[in-house]
Amino acid sequence: MALDAKIPHGEMDKKWTDYKGHVKLVNPANKRKLEVIVVGTGLAGASAAASLGELGYKVKAFCFQDSPRRAHSIAAQGGINAAKNYQNDGDSVFRLFYDTVKGGDYRAREANVHRLAEVSTAIIDQCVAQGVPFAREYGGLLSNRSFGGTQVQRTFYAAGQTGQQLLLGAYSALERQVALGNVKMYTRHEMLDVVKIDDKARGIIARDLVSGELESHFGHAVLLCSGGYGNVFYLSTNAMGSNVTAAWKAHKKGAFFGNPCFTQIHPTCIPVSGDHQSKLTLMSESLRNDGRIWVPLKKGDNRNPKDIPENERDYYLERRYPAFGNLVPRDVASRAAKERCDEGYGVGTTKMAVYLDYKDAIVRYGKIEAGKSGKDNFSHEEIVALGKKVVEEKYGNLFEMYEKITGENPYETPMRIYPAVHYTMGGLWVDYELQTTVKGLYALGEANFSDHGANRLGASALMQGLADGYFVIPYTLGNYLADEIHTTSISTDHPAFAETKKAVADRLNTLINIKGTQTVESFHKRLGKIIWDKCGMARNEQGLKQAIEEVRALKKEFWSDVRIPGEVNAFNLELDKAGRVADLIELGELMCLDALDRNESCGGHFREESQTEDGEAKRDDVNYAYVAAWENKGESSWELHKEALNFEIVKPTQRSYK
Amino acid sequence: MEHYHMNLTLKVWRQKNSKEQGKLETYQVKDISSEMSFLEMFDVLNEQLIVEGKEPIAFDHDCREGICGMCSMYINGQAHGPWQQNTTCQLHMRAFKDGDTITVEPWRSKAFPVLKDLVVNRSAFDRIIQAGGYISVNTGNAVDANAIPIDKKDADDAFMAAACIGCGACVATCKNGSAMLFVGAKVSQLALLPQGGPERESRVLNMVAQMDKEGFGNCTNTYACEAECPKGISVSNIARLNSEYLKAGLTTETK
Repeated sequence: MALDAKIPHGEMDKKWTDYKGHVKLVNPANKRKLEVIVVGTGLAGASAAASLGELGYKVKAFCFQDSPRRAHSIAAQGGINAAKNYQNDGDSVFRLFYDTVKGGDYRAREANVHRLAEVSTAIIDQCVAQGVPFAREYGGLLSNRSFGGTQVQRTFYAAGQTGQQLLLGAYSALERQVALGNVKMYTRHEMLDVVKIDDKARGIIARDLVSGELESHFGHAVLLCSGGYGNVFYLSTNAMGSNVTAAWKAHKKGAFFGNPCFTQIHPTCIPVSGDHQSKLTLMSESLRNDGRIWVPLKKGDNRNPKDIPENERDYYLERRYPAFGNLVPRDVASRAAKERCDEGYGVGTTKMAVYLDYKDAIVRYGKIEAGKSGKDNFSHEEIVALGKKVVEEKYGNLFEMYEKITGENPYETPMRIYPAVHYTMGGLWVDYELQTTVKGLYALGEANFSDHGANRLGASALMQGLADGYFVIPYTLGNYLADEIHTTSISTDHPAFAETKKAVADRLNTLINIKGTQTVESFHKRLGKIIWDKCGMARNEQGLKQAIEEVRALKKEFWSDVRIPGEVNAFNLELDKAGRVADLIELGELMCLDALDRNESCGGHFREESQTEDGEAKRDDVNYAYVAAWENKGESSWELHKEALNFEIVKPTQRSYK
Repeated sequence: MEHYHMNLTLKVWRQKNSKEQGKLETYQVKDISSEMSFLEMFDVLNEQLIVEGKEPIAFDHDCREGICGMCSMYINGQAHGPWQQNTTCQLHMRAFKDGDTITVEPWRSKAFPVLKDLVVNRSAFDRIIQAGGYISVNTGNAVDANAIPIDKKDADDAFMAAACIGCGACVATCKNGSAMLFVGAKVSQLALLPQGGPERESRVLNMVAQMDKEGFGNCTNTYACEAECPKGISVSNIARLNSEYLKAGLTTETK
C-alpha cells in the first residue's frame, strides 16, 4: 500500500486556503443524517465534538473519566502559541511555521505545520470569545511570554493553568451542544475496538466502565482524540489513566502507526523520590523564562546550594548555548541535564537532579518594583520581598505545587529538577485531512503524529489539539462525509458489530481468567523500566535489541501470570488497567523497533551512534528524511512504509541554538 | 525534609455498588514513607489486597497533580484531608505520623450517589453546566482577541473563579450539601467578563434551577465550602451569585 499524504498542490501559504475553497461540502439537511463518533474529550476531542455538533452532525462523544472536563489536557501549564504578533517583536505565521519545523528537527510535514501556524490566531480569538480568562496587561489587552526554541513572545497563558482554562472553554462548548441535543455524551466509557465494514470505519465497541457491559455504536466516521502514549514509560507526567488503547486498537485494524519512537522528555520535572512513585510532576517550561539552571562546578559538591558562590556554579545551558540560554528546546535541555548528572555533577540525594534557581529573578523583579515606587534606599531584604511578590503572581501555583510535593520552599531554596517523559510526537499516521490509513477513521491532537516532527516546542500541544478540533476537522471531515450521504445508519445488529464485540468480550474473559500471581501494576512498572533504560533519553543498537527481547518476554509472562480480581461485568478498575497495560506492552515493542530502524539522532530521538563531536544530535537527511509508518501484520510483526519528507521552504540544516 | 516511615490503621468505606449497603473495613499498612502521596499509600494497600486475593478499593483519581478534580476522598472528616487548599492526590504522608488511624469515606451527598467504595457519581455538575455554564459562540464567530479590552482586575477575578476544578469538595463538606460555591464560581467568571453579558440573566436562572433539581441543598453561610476548597474559591462568588440571581429575577419577567 502506497502512502498518500494528500498534500494540496500550490504554494505553501496558499494550500490551506485553496483546499478550503475547493473541498466538498455537506448541506445542512444531510448533516443531520450523518453520525460521527468522537473518542476522547481533551482539547482535540472536546473542540471537535462541539464544532461538529454546531455544524449539525449527530455526534456521540466518549471519555473514560467521570466527566469530559477531566481529560489530561487540563494539566497543561504554561501556555498556547499563536502568531498574533501583539508584541510587535517580529512574529508572523511564517516564523511560527519555521520555528516549529526547525524545533521538530526537520521531521514534520511542512504543509501540516504551515496550516497549524495559519489557524493559530483564530484559536486565541475563539477561546477569548468563550470566556477563557487569559492573562492581561493593565491596559486590558492580552499578555504574552516566551517559550523554548523561539526568540519572540507568542505564548498566551492563564497563570500556570492554561490547559485547564482552554479545556474548560472547549468543555463548556461541548456541554452546550449536549444541552442542544447535538452531542450525546458517554462518560465512564472506554473504546475497546473499531468496527470496520467494507474497509471503512463504521463504529466502535465501548465498555461501560460502571456496569462492565459492552456496547456497539455506529458512526459514519470515527475520530480518535485519545491523547498520547507516554505511560508506556510507567513514570511520566501523564495522568494515571492516559493510555494508548484506542489508537492501538485502530492500529491493529489497519491504521499505520507513525514515528512511535519520537517521544518527548521534558527537562523540568520534580525528580523521582523513591520506588513508590506513581507519576511525575512537571514544572512548567515557562519557569525557564526567569529561572536559571545550574549545577556545582565541583563534582559531588554536597553543600547547601545557598552556600555555593557564583564562581563555583556552572550555568551550563547559558555556557553551551549563549543565543538561547535557558530557553533552548526541550530535547536539548533534557540531554544537557542528563550529561551533567551522568558526569557526576548532579545534586540532591539521588544525584539525578539539577537546580532551577529564582534568586536572580527575584532580585531583578524586586529592583524594578522598587524603581516604580519612586523611593530609593531600599534594603536588599525589601527588594527581595518585592521581587517575591512578582514571582508569586507569575508562577505562584507552580511554586506551591513544588512545595506540596517536596516540602521545600522554592522562593528560598533552588528547585531540584530532572527530565521526565511528557509527550509523544509519534502517533497514528494521518494524511493532510487527518485521516488514518483506514477510511473514515481520523486521529486528532496528540493521538496523531503529524505536526511536531521529532521534538515538540513548548506551548504547541494546546495549539495543535485545538487547531485540529476547531478549525481543521470541520472542513476535512466534510470532504469524506459528502460521499457518505447515501449511507443510511447501519444497524448494530450487523455481523461486523457482533463479531467485533465477541472478540472484545473474549479478550476480557481471557484476561480475567488468567488468575496468575502478579499484579497489573507490577508488570507496568517493569515495562516502564525497560523502555526508560533502553529507549529513553539515549538509545543504542544493542540496548534496543535487548529491549525488544525483554518486552516480548514480559508480554508472554503477562498473559500467563497476571492476576485480576473481580468480575468482567462490573465496575473493575484492575480489569480496565490490565487491558491498557497489555496494549502498552505491544506498543513498547514497536517503539523499540522504530528506534532501532532510525539509525540517526533527531530531536528527542538520540542514537548514541549518531552524534556530533560536542555531543549534539546528528541527523542523517540522506537516509532518514522520512516518516516511519508501521503496518501491523499480526503478532510481533510489522511492515515499515516510508513517507518521504520534502522540504520546499525550510531547508534542513544542523539545528543550532548556540 | 526529614524522611520517616510509619505503620497505619486505615478504616475505609467499602460498598459493592449503588444499591447495596456499605460499611467501614479496617486495614493495616506498614512501612509507609513520609515522601509518598496519600494515593500512593492507597496503591500500596491495593497491591497488598490483590496479592492476598481480595478486591482492591475503588477510588477516583487521574492527573495526580491537583488539577483534574477527579480524586475525592473524605479523610478523617475533611474533604481532601487535613491540608489547606489541597487535593487528595497532593496530600503527602508527612501529614501523618506512625500509629495513626485514618478514616476514609466517599463524598457524602444526595446528589452524588456512591457507585462503588469511594467512587461517586458527580454527573449532576455536568448537567448544571449544560443548563447555562457557557457563552453561546459557535466556532468561527469570534472577533479579534484584543478587540475587547478587559479590565485587568475583572480578568484576574474571573480567572480566580474559573480555577474551580469541579471536584465537589464544597458539596461534600457542606452540612446542607449545597453546590452554591461551584455554581457561583461559574456564574461569577462569566458575569465578570463582557463576553458573558448577553446571556447573563438566563444563565444564572437556569443554572440555579438545575442545581435545585439535582437535589443540592441550600446555602446557610457557614463558609465550610471555602475552607475546604482545594483551589481557594472565595465565598464572595456566592454573594455574586445571589446578587446576579436577584437582579435576573427582577428583570427577566418583562422580557
